[in-house]
Amino acid sequence: MADTMTAPATMAIQVTVNGSNRGGNVEPRTLLVHYLRDHLNLTGTHVGCDTSQCGACVVHLDGESVKSCTVLAVQANGSEITTIEGLAKDGDYHPVQQGFWEMHGLQCGYCTPGMIMASVSLLQRNPNPTEDEIRHGLEGNLCRCTGYQNIVKAVQYAAGQIGRDAGAADAPLPHDAHRPIHHDGTTPHDPASVDDWEDELAGESDES
Amino acid sequence: MSAILDPTRKLVGQPIKRREDPRLIAGAGAYLDDIKLTGMVHAALVRSTSAHGRIKSIDAGTARGMPGVLAVFTGEDFADLNPLPGAWTAGGVQNNVNTPRVLAIGEVHQVGDPVAVVIAENAYQAADAVEAVAVEYEDLGVVVDAKKATEDGAPQLHENAPNNVVLKWSCGKEAAEVDTALAAAEVRVQQHLVNQRLIPTSIEPRGSIGRYDPGTGDYTLWTTSQAPHVMRLLITAFVMGIPENKLRVISPDVGGGFGCKIFCYYDMALMLALSKKLDGRPVKFFEDRSENYLTTTHGRDHITDVEIGATKDGRITALKVDTHANLGAYFSTIAAGIPTTLYGRMVAGCYKIPNIRVDVTAVYTNTAMVDAYRGAGRPEAAFVIERVCDLVAGATGVDPAEVRRRNFIQPEDFPYDTGIGMLPYDSGNYEPALDRALEIVGYAGLRAEQAARRERDDRKLLGIGLSSYVEVCGVAPSKWIGLPGEGWGAGLWESANVKVHLTGKVVVTTGTLPHGQGHETSFAQLVADELGVPYEDIEIKHSDTLGTPFGFGTYGSRSAAVGGTAIYKSVAKVREKAKKLAAHMLEAAEADIVWEHGRAYVKGSPDAAKTIQDIALQAAVAYDLPGEMEPYLDETTYYDPPNCTFPFGTHVCVVEVDRETGEIALQRYVAVDDVGNVINPMIVDGQVHGGIAQGLAQALYEGAVYNDQGELVTGTMNDYAIPKASMVPTYELERTVTPSPTNPMGVKGAGEAGTIASTPAVANAVIDALAHLGVNHLDMPITPEKVWRAIGGGAS
Ligand code: FES
Ligand code: FES
Repeated sequence: MADTMTAPATMAIQVTVNGSNRGGNVEPRTLLVHYLRDHLNLTGTHVGCDTSQCGACVVHLDGESVKSCTVLAVQANGSEITTIEGLAKDGDYHPVQQGFWEMHGLQCGYCTPGMIMASVSLLQRNPNPTEDEIRHGLEGNLCRCTGYQNIVKAVQYAAGQIGRDAGAADAPLPHDAHRPIHHDGTTPHDPASVDDWEDELAGESDES
Repeated sequence: MSAILDPTRKLVGQPIKRREDPRLIAGAGAYLDDIKLTGMVHAALVRSTSAHGRIKSIDAGTARGMPGVLAVFTGEDFADLNPLPGAWTAGGVQNNVNTPRVLAIGEVHQVGDPVAVVIAENAYQAADAVEAVAVEYEDLGVVVDAKKATEDGAPQLHENAPNNVVLKWSCGKEAAEVDTALAAAEVRVQQHLVNQRLIPTSIEPRGSIGRYDPGTGDYTLWTTSQAPHVMRLLITAFVMGIPENKLRVISPDVGGGFGCKIFCYYDMALMLALSKKLDGRPVKFFEDRSENYLTTTHGRDHITDVEIGATKDGRITALKVDTHANLGAYFSTIAAGIPTTLYGRMVAGCYKIPNIRVDVTAVYTNTAMVDAYRGAGRPEAAFVIERVCDLVAGATGVDPAEVRRRNFIQPEDFPYDTGIGMLPYDSGNYEPALDRALEIVGYAGLRAEQAARRERDDRKLLGIGLSSYVEVCGVAPSKWIGLPGEGWGAGLWESANVKVHLTGKVVVTTGTLPHGQGHETSFAQLVADELGVPYEDIEIKHSDTLGTPFGFGTYGSRSAAVGGTAIYKSVAKVREKAKKLAAHMLEAAEADIVWEHGRAYVKGSPDAAKTIQDIALQAAVAYDLPGEMEPYLDETTYYDPPNCTFPFGTHVCVVEVDRETGEIALQRYVAVDDVGNVINPMIVDGQVHGGIAQGLAQALYEGAVYNDQGELVTGTMNDYAIPKASMVPTYELERTVTPSPTNPMGVKGAGEAGTIASTPAVANAVIDALAHLGVNHLDMPITPEKVWRAIGGGAS
């Protein structure tokens, strides 16, 4: 209690964030996630828990993904940090970002920055992961919206894209977007338009 | 980065990529905690460590002198604010309503009750000062179990609720009549069912920023809400006693809701009142996860006893359901509606059951408030009736699929009245969804495999679980659901405004709002088709009470069926006016005008067409309008549907259970849903995926646990088992399409179906695997340990 009564000393840090040199004075207890969000105004990195479970805060620290709620800003002194804001290059999304968009890998988007950063690391470690490896590789990241299936597809999409960009002709093609997985490869009946629906309403209303 | 969509192609029914995503995948979303306002200060709460106590003293002297601290307030400082409102009292019965205050005064009723608030320049300083506030409590005794709370001698939470009873409610036939039918039944089964308490866990917690403008006397509230207009009404008229038009409520990007962000919470009015006390400095409160688990609403928590009567060939003849619903320490905003209208009246499921009686006792306990959580009552109902089907199968020896088939409401029965006070089911065709699910999963083969493994005494047992569900979405009309009927104190209509600006750009404002559901995409698809303007020219605006018409918000899978129809009707009105104006511009009779995808022309002369953009310009510049026509293409609809919608389907889960260890492996998950017509199949699939994950997590993983002192044992994400990617299977989805006759688009709603269906499908699968070992029920979450014990593990 006593030490919280005295004004805490601050420490100077210097970091490279998304390619820019940033620095400033922080209280030694400042978490990296709060430094990024509150000092540098990089609010794409989110906070979803207070026990290092959710992974909404994942960033890259010297190339490795870390939960930025478990790192003190002073520990990052001298490091290179990439956040979700720094992932796209020259206006082009990273293949993982593109994969999340193509495959509907996000709904509310709150877990998404951390999920994307963790997925980028996963593919750096293992460029051709199996579904099982993707599911286990993302164990530090929780999503409450998607049920994970389209996140898995997003990572598979990105793996194929990165493979082809690197010239691997046999890299898997991105999956057909947006179709549910069907046991027998058939597609369900989806009326194409409101007009069709009205026709259906007027006529027979069952499709089975 | 987004390609222009072909304007001649119909967009409804297409899996269009979401327009919401570019900003969200780039970290450019704007959630509540991302908002920074000039002069903003931070609030942190001193929370009760006692689950039920009288506050003896609060000492904030030390805290007030700490660095950065501006003020510390306690409950008495807000005695002029009313307790939060209970907006849905159960219809036709006495409701003993006790709602919380923004800060407790005198007594606390759960661990986590806010008792004081610290304001500091930054969040770290506020958190430090909270630690320095000392509160003493006199213990008043704790009860956390809904049944024990009603027993004589149990600690009493609220003076006006003897035996802690909030309400007693029933539906269906007289008890004596159902008893007679039960007595006459060839087969009788009784079962005790626990639907455990869940914590919704949107990955974004909740929070509010309040700002008071001393110059105008206006307030602005940014809050993580699924219903900003309703919050404005409740906060102004019921809590603060200020005019409704002096408050603007804005929901920024919301990081998941699942129901728990519908309600009126303490922090909303508190932040506004604090900003006023601080002469207009904006005040932010953003809960951390532990606080979220303690005091943001929980879901489910029913204790139920069922008595079933059936024929020897598996037809259910009588069903008596007695449920204790734990509502927690206080009456949350719509808490009473969940175990009554949305649970009791849905207990028949998709079956014709001639004799049903449901009794519900809602109870206060020293736990977090319970209110709507994804599905809200219907998952509890589906769990009861789908367990009932399997219990009947077990007792009669009739196959579980066959039990369902024999009891199904038939296509020709619609609209169908179940006789327990729900509005008639709008449309349905249950058997094709069941058949298709069985076909996809290979049901007959699985049953043969199951029998073979049992025969061989294999270590890995196979279980097949079915769930044929029906649920209710887009709850309406107001005259049924409102106070004179079911007790919800307002309407449940929805609003939309459609404007075509002078330049041909379209702005749609809606009273519904997304927190992950992709409204901006789906609604733009709808408007593009119906108005014939390019998709890219349509903006869907929402979530701000300034600039959107009053709407009730997004929950209960109502956005497409009710909000979407309001948009559809507003577009139709715009089209009608545009046709009139086109007739004037083309010097023709209106009856001769043909409207074709955004173009109006005189019959036979399609080349001399006026586009919707030409017409919008003419309507806006307004120097040549026919007769009495007002300028501008601008139409609003307040749409009150004639009925609810009733999506349905069958889910099948296949599990392998290790009889040595009790471990459960999810092998297959097949979902055949019928949500009526579909605007964006990609988005609907995503809703179903997420719903299945949440529902199966109830069956296998999640459960909120309190100890006898009323402490939440599962108080962090470390202890409460939100599923990870490796804990859920691949979902195999398919749909049948039975359009709803309730609305012109034929949509039913898809936000909750997955959650409603999956819990019983998974529970039934695990229990089915063990059926030959004499197991006919297990309480959820069904952990390996429970399985292992049930089949005699550790017995010797
Ligand atoms: S905020 Fe949840 S792990 Fe960092
Ligand atoms: S998209 Fe909402 S938590 Fe993952």
